[in-house]
Parts: sequence; C-alpha cells; structure tokens
Amino acid sequence: MMSLYVEGIGIYGPGLDGWAQSAPVLAGDTEYIPAPASIPPCILLPANERRRAPQTVKLALAAGTEAFAAAGRDPAGAVTIFASSGGDGETIHDILNVLASPLRELSPTKFHNSVHNAAAGYWSIATGATSASTSLCAHDDSFAAGLLEAAAQAVAAGEAVALIAYDVPYPAPLFAVRPVGAIFGAALVLSPVPTPASFARLDLALQPGSAAASPAAIPALEELRASTPAARCLPLLAALASGMAANVTLGYLDDMNLHLAISPASRPEQPA
Amino acid sequence: MSPLALSDFALVTCLGAGQAATLAALRAGRSGLTPCQFDTLPLDAYAGEVPGLDMLPLNQEWAAFDCRNNRLAALALAQDGFLGTVAAARARYGAARIGVFLGTSTSGILQSEIAYRHRDAEGHLPEGFDYARTHNTYALAHFVRDYLNLEGPAFVVSTACAATSKVFASAARMIETGLCDAAIIGGADTLCATTLLGFHALGVMAEGPCRPFDAARNGISIGEAAGFALLERPGPRHGSETIILLGAGESSDAYHMSSPHPEGAGARRAMELALAQAALAPSDIGYINLHGTATLAGDAAEDRAITGLFGGAVPCSSSKGFTGHTLGASGVVGAAICALALRHGFLPGSPHTNRVDPAFGSNYLREGQEARIDKAMSNAFGFGGVNCSLVLGRAS
Repeated sequence: MMSLYVEGIGIYGPGLDGWAQSAPVLAGDTEYIPAPASIPPCILLPANERRRAPQTVKLALAAGTEAFAAAGRDPAGAVTIFASSGGDGETIHDILNVLASPLRELSPTKFHNSVHNAAAGYWSIATGATSASTSLCAHDDSFAAGLLEAAAQAVAAGEAVALIAYDVPYPAPLFAVRPVGAIFGAALVLSPVPTPASFARLDLALQPGSAAASPAAIPALEELRASTPAARCLPLLAALASGMAANVTLGYLDDMNLHLAISPASRPEQPA
Repeated sequence: MSPLALSDFALVTCLGAGQAATLAALRAGRSGLTPCQFDTLPLDAYAGEVPGLDMLPLNQEWAAFDCRNNRLAALALAQDGFLGTVAAARARYGAARIGVFLGTSTSGILQSEIAYRHRDAEGHLPEGFDYARTHNTYALAHFVRDYLNLEGPAFVVSTACAATSKVFASAARMIETGLCDAAIIGGADTLCATTLLGFHALGVMAEGPCRPFDAARNGISIGEAAGFALLERPGPRHGSETIILLGAGESSDAYHMSSPHPEGAGARRAMELALAQAALAPSDIGYINLHGTATLAGDAAEDRAITGLFGGAVPCSSSKGFTGHTLGASGVVGAAICALALRHGFLPGSPHTNRVDPAFGSNYLREGQEARIDKAMSNAFGFGGVNCSLVLGRAS
C-alpha cells in the first residue's frame, strides 16, 4: 500500500468548469447541469505554441495549471505524469486522411502534435518544467495506470508529482471504433508526505480480481465516467469534494483493480 | 535507486534477430540500412527495415492483435530464449507479480493508415478493424502481457524517442515500491507512413544512409526494432557477468517540441541524474551509446552535453548508422547494445560516418574496438524535449 496527499485539483469537462464550480456538483450539493466543456486559454504558452496546440494539449494544460495554482506550487519544479487513452484524435485523423490521399504531404506541426507526449512537451515549454515527465497509456484504464505511476514516482523519489489525465473524442470515422464520450481533463498534485496545502490522503492498493469499478453517484456523470477514460477519476474526485472518508475502486486492466481509501488529511494519521 | 538485474534480453532490428546476429553485425561494421522500399512511399531515403514481417501474421488466438508492430514484438520475444526466461520468472514470482512496462511511439498506427485507404463510400472504416488491439498506444502491452501470460500491472509509456528508455525508470520504481517483483520492459516501433512522411515533412530525413556525428551528416534514417528485457532484484542465481541497471536519469528540455536545446542542457541533466543514481563519476563510464540520430542540431547538442560532462575521453558512438533511428524502440536498442558491449568487450563503431565533425569534442568511435568496460551509458532523447539516460554495469 502507498499513501499520497492531495494538494490541488484541476478539472474541465462538460458542465465541469474548474474545481471551485465542480466540487459542490460532485459532492451532490449543487445540481449538475451538463454543458459543453469550455477550456480556458493557456496564457503560459508563447503565442506561437498556443496557436499550434491541439485541443488535448489545451485541455491538459488548463487542468494542470488549475491544480498547481490550488496547491500553491510552482510547476517549474515538479515531476509530471500525463495519462491519456490515445494521441490527439483530430490531429491523428488529419494525418491518416492526408496519408490516404494521393498527395500524402504532412504538416510538420501536425506531425509533432501527433505524438502521445505532445501535452507534456507543451507543458514543459509553458511552465519551464525541466524535471522528469512520463506520458503513458493503458487504453480505458489510463487514469488508473497514471495514478499508479504517479504514486510510485512520488514515493520512490520522495517528492510531489502531478498527474494530468485528459481525453477528447475522436472525429469520424475513428469515433466509430473508439467512441470516447466527451472532452474531459483532470489534474491532481500529489505529495508523498502531508504538507500545509494537502487536504486529503489517498491509500492505494493494487488488488487482483475483477471487482466492479465504483460508479459516479449522479447518473449523467456516471455516463461521462463510463464513456470517457480520463473521467474514470470522477468517483475519486467526488470523494475528495465531499471531504469525507470513502473507498473507491478504479478498474485497472481485466484482472485487477486499484483500490483507493480516501480520508480527510486533518484526521489523525492511521498507522499504515 | 537499488541496482536491478537485467537478467536477460532479446531484440530484433534490421541487423537481424537476436543477440548473436546483432553482435555479429556490430563486430563486422555491417549496417542494416537499405534504400527505403517500405509501402509505396515516394521517398528518397534509407530505412532499417526488418525483412519478412509480412510473412509472420499473428494467428489464431492472437489474430485480433495482428499488425506490424505486434508482429515485430512477437518476433523479438521469440529470440534468445526469452520466452523461457519469462516462464521461469513466472514460476518464481507468480504472474501477478510481474509488471509489463513497454514503450512505443506509434504502436500499430500502420493498421489505421491501411484502414483509411479502405474506407467505404460513406467514409466508414472496414469491418473488423480492431483499433484497441492494434493502433491504440496500449495495444503493444496488451498483446505482450497476454502473450506472456502475465497478470501484473502494465502500461505503455509513449514519450516519443525516449519511450523505451523511460520504461527502465518506471519499472525500477514499481519494483522499488513493491508494486511488482519483476518487470518485462522494452517495446517496439515499426515502419509506417506517419513517421516516414512526418520526418520527411520536418526536413530531417537523409537521402542516403544516416551518418551520425559526421561533418557532412544531413539527417536521419528511420528503422524499426523491438526489444525486451527482464528486470528483477539481483539474487544468488545471477553470476558476476549479469548486466545490472545502475541508474536512470530523466529530464525535460522545456525548449521546443521538435528541436533539441542547442546546448544539450536537458540531455546533460539526464546524464547527470543517471550518474547520480548510480553513484558514479563521469570517469567511471567506459562507453556511451549516443542518441546520435545524425541531424545537424541534435548531434551538435549531444556533443556539447557529452564534452561538457565527460570531457573528450570517453569512447562513444551512435548505433543509428547500423539500425537507423528506431524511434520509440531506440532506448531499448541502445541499452541492449550497451549490454552486448559489457558482456562481450566490444565497443561498436559507426558505419557511414566518414569524418567526424571537426567542431565536435567527444571521443567518437568510427571503428569498433575490443575493450573490456565495466560501465556503459545509453542516451535517448525525443520530441517534446524528453530525455532519458541509462547506466548499465556488471554484477561484479
């Protein structure tokens, strides 16, 4: 088992416009009103890069920026883990389309935007972060995989890390074979030790077996969770929003899951 | 980090299948680069193509995973007794205690390229196209984990050309924090139009075979490769010649999406961190397998980083003139070549490099040489400004 302390959260999705607006919705105190996701522009990026950045990158940067601001940490010094269930769909579709056309002339910008770690690259340019950064994928379970890597990295290195998970629906015809539901991005700044900014503790444990993943309590958000890999974190974020102790199971691959025990960090420390 | 045993490894590049074929080509100075015949691409370029993959489909229960990338992965897993190594590890640790952490940049995107060419009149992709098991970034680890009958944690790192170096670091953390006892690491990247025409669009493809560190270098040649290794804690069964992972250093350039930092600042930091993890001084390193892709800017930046940190004494070479730049697989290929150098006392040269850039200060090996070394470093740098350096040594 590993423990992490949550310092800051960022979230952008349909009807979820930052943590301040989303937390009472996720906690069930305010009604969830679905609306198209709006992604704030990343003012940290130089104008050239901002123009070139695809939507997945804008989404990841928005969520990450919010989480670091909430944590009161300078992103320049932090290790990051970027988790997404694939590369930028619009960019990949454009490339595949051009490659299937007679001319086959690719745009160099689209090509470098097509790499899975594009968001990490733009993030480091925007924030000046020169630390380690890992971009990874586990298809539908990319959030759980990212959280596992984040935990291992935070605990092994003894320093705070940020996990940034994001997904954007693919255009047709890829959408038919990969129906990601909605634009959704979330970020967590996580410390291996309690800090003045930390407000909740996560105890993580890998468990064998195929126990069902915890659903989101609100039906419309459960639909979002089920259809969008990055949104698999919604039950975790809801528990964090409620400020109460909770257990959450994240699906991870076919034959195991990631169990999370969430507790307010102000409570006396439980022996590990 | 605690040192970990790289108990066994297997690889396939255009030099051949398995360690012996690879070593023989390195010793003979025989490049695997040939004029690019891949697909129907109108490209005046050389490539490091693995022959025969078209004849090696994944059949029966693996048919859903069939694509060039997974085929090459299966071919690599079949080399050097690796399937037996994994079976023994499975018996030792249990399937759930062995993680699978692999790297790729484009996974099976070639399958989507083909599918897009066969869209119907309404623009739909052909029936039976399996995005999740072929094109998706995770498809590689999904296939390998199932193929090896493993049940531990798994993911695919996709940090462009540093992907299969960074999985060494991820696996080391997973073992250190007790999430698994051992890990299968490595990965695969295969030729596809996306990367061949993408790098062509960037204007960094050489017309002839690539010439790393040459004064007249003019770009990369793309290759394909797969390589896998078993990483675990050193134990009594490991002899003194066992290859040991001593350190993994990771950094980000924070500079540009597709150009390296001109002074190689991020590259140098990755090397410094790898040395620090290994508790070694620069003078302890006996050979460096460079990233050295033969671009004007990339080689110059790496030379500055090397000379700044090591001075001009440590023998180093890029193996891209042998294999081409195998992109996401280049990290595990570089590590495997370092392991071969450590095990067999041979430092590879650099075919196609005729005259080392006179502006460079590093001790670049154009010709291979016999030399017993104790520690080696492998560099991999990628798009997005991601850098990773590994330090390998021997158990004794």
